[in-house]
Amino acid sequence: MNSQTARERILKRLAASGTEHTAVPDADLPQPPSLNAEERVTRLAAMMEAMRTEVHVVDAADWADTFRQLAREKGWRRVLYGPRGPVASPIEAAWSADDGLLPDLVAYSDSVEAFKADLFETIDAGVTSVRGAVADTGALVLWPDAHEPRLMSLAPPVHVAVLDADRIFNSLGEMMAAEKWADGMPTNALMISGPSKTADIEFTLVFGVHGPKELVVLIRQ
Amino acid sequence: MAEPIVHDFHAEVEKALANRQLRANFRFAMGNMIEKRKALFSDPVELEALRAAGQAIRQRALSRLPELLDQLEANCTRNGIQVHWAETSEEANQEVLAILKSHGATRTVKGKSMVSEEMHLNAFLARHGIEAMETDFGEFIIQLTCETPSHIIVPAIHKNRDQIARVFQQKIPGTPYTEKVEELNAVARKTLRTKFFQGEVGLSGVNMAVAETGTLCLVENEGNGRMCTTVPPVHIAVMGIEKVVEKLADVPPILRLLTGSATGQLITTYFNMITSPRREGEKDGPREVHLIILDNGRSRILADPELRQTLLCIRCGTCLNHCPVYVRIGGHAYGHVYPGPIGKILAPQMEGLDKAGVLATASSLCGACGEVCPVRIPIPDLIRRLRNEIVAADDSGAVAGAGGKRDLAETLVWKGWELANLSPALNRLGTRLASAMGQRLPRVGPIKQWTRARRPPVVARRSLHERVRREGGKDE
Repeated sequence: MNSQTARERILKRLAASGTEHTAVPDADLPQPPSLNAEERVTRLAAMMEAMRTEVHVVDAADWADTFRQLAREKGWRRVLYGPRGPVASPIEAAWSADDGLLPDLVAYSDSVEAFKADLFETIDAGVTSVRGAVADTGALVLWPDAHEPRLMSLAPPVHVAVLDADRIFNSLGEMMAAEKWADGMPTNALMISGPSKTADIEFTLVFGVHGPKELVVLIRQ
Repeated sequence: MAEPIVHDFHAEVEKALANRQLRANFRFAMGNMIEKRKALFSDPVELEALRAAGQAIRQRALSRLPELLDQLEANCTRNGIQVHWAETSEEANQEVLAILKSHGATRTVKGKSMVSEEMHLNAFLARHGIEAMETDFGEFIIQLTCETPSHIIVPAIHKNRDQIARVFQQKIPGTPYTEKVEELNAVARKTLRTKFFQGEVGLSGVNMAVAETGTLCLVENEGNGRMCTTVPPVHIAVMGIEKVVEKLADVPPILRLLTGSATGQLITTYFNMITSPRREGEKDGPREVHLIILDNGRSRILADPELRQTLLCIRCGTCLNHCPVYVRIGGHAYGHVYPGPIGKILAPQMEGLDKAGVLATASSLCGACGEVCPVRIPIPDLIRRLRNEIVAADDSGAVAGAGGKRDLAETLVWKGWELANLSPALNRLGTRLASAMGQRLPRVGPIKQWTRARRPPVVARRSLHERVRREGGKDE
């Protein structure tokens, strides 16, 4: 067994296959309807709500108060955030006036190896920013990074995503092109359209399979 | 090494047809999936435009396959993904094992992957004392019962909820009998959380690999795919050589066609694009990502211009849902990894017509599979082509094991037919013989079989030629 030999043999067979003569027809991509800013918010919210996502359109100035309110109502005890992420400061500010009824803010500041047990067993909700969203299929787009790691939107039972209304694109294709994704992809790019789900038993839809049971989206505008 | 296949297709079909529960389960499930797809693709003009685009993207990818694989490898390598190549399933299994051994790993968590089924990876790892824990809900269920997937998208669809409830009760310690899907889900969630937590290596397939950026795309709803590719320190992805697409812009249309055709969803819960292992400063994600690129007969399929179209497939499974044969017999009766229409053309080409050619006979050629295929593979044409290959004059053709079903009697019959239609004298003699003998066909051999459930053909006493001659008629 030798991967290099296998590689050479496979590529040699492919080169001799004549596949370069495969006819490639012209086919234009169907273009998604172009929506205005307000329609994009409405469409995204409607699509995601249909997938059992809780959507709040909030004021960009005091969204963290809404989040604090939510945290109290939902009865979370430990909320995970990225201490150097884009939504950290407003959250820390909102928590500074802690009346003792707020959940603990837990920072994802160690690597997963040190933090895994805590992350899997004690966190009730994770809050992250998102890179944007797409209106046509109704999904958030996340590029997790060092400040807001990948598992924040996966391991806790609730994921709260904070989205700016002006970051909603018509479609994934439009977003990829506008942002020149091809020039450099992150470690992991994600689309999320709702809480995790399955229909593997008799097509009965169940939410909260291996990822979050609840997805809350705060659209700031 | 693939297990030797001892499979009596006709016997399995009879068995499946006699299983009322199985047939009810499939009728319900497939009807449901057909309706969901129809509701999603409600605009026929848009659907046809999408299908045309999907076909063009896949054809473009195949037409440039060698250079795209080269580019994919270069970009993955630059991104830190380690690329391995395997000509056969056995080689791919050995590659996986070597990586596991280099980490001393014995516990793996696995996302749903049809290529890994093709490799019989789980059985292979089990023989080496390594646990390959299936984490997709459907795969989890059938792993408990030691079954293979009966559908490429919904692997446990042959079971209804009380059958699953009994499996959980019997196989997972401390689980009471419950038909509540929420409770069954909670059991699976709890069991598998521990597995994700402990998993040393995550295994997955690949729905698309983007050559332009060296990105591996995974489509899923449950979050198990993300778990397998994020929590363990090592991630191994396996893909067939045909899974590559040229550029990122090719991704959205294929994704749309895949989720719409597979489950009638506009988009799945998660679309996961992996471009590198954990980078400097990042706090989670695997430290190593490996990509194993497997041929397993695909390059041979590629070499035939017509059969090449088999490799356009994006594994959505909608041809299964729409197939009148699959709906009645389910996936297991086929006895091969890929059931249904796509299996009828894929399995014989991968395993040889002598071993799997019989699958190509299990079609009424109604054309439904070709009509719904999101990348417009002319499946019925390819089934007919394989049927021809089965009775080809020798084994020198494009598909291994051709000519195995050629028999002298049939060859002579068709030779006679050819002669009778080339020579007017022979034609006249034949017509006269048929008129004279047609009423007295002996009920033996194939005629007996044919007439067991059908009326025998009625041959007129006088041929049309003769009647026109006698009764007159103008040659207009």
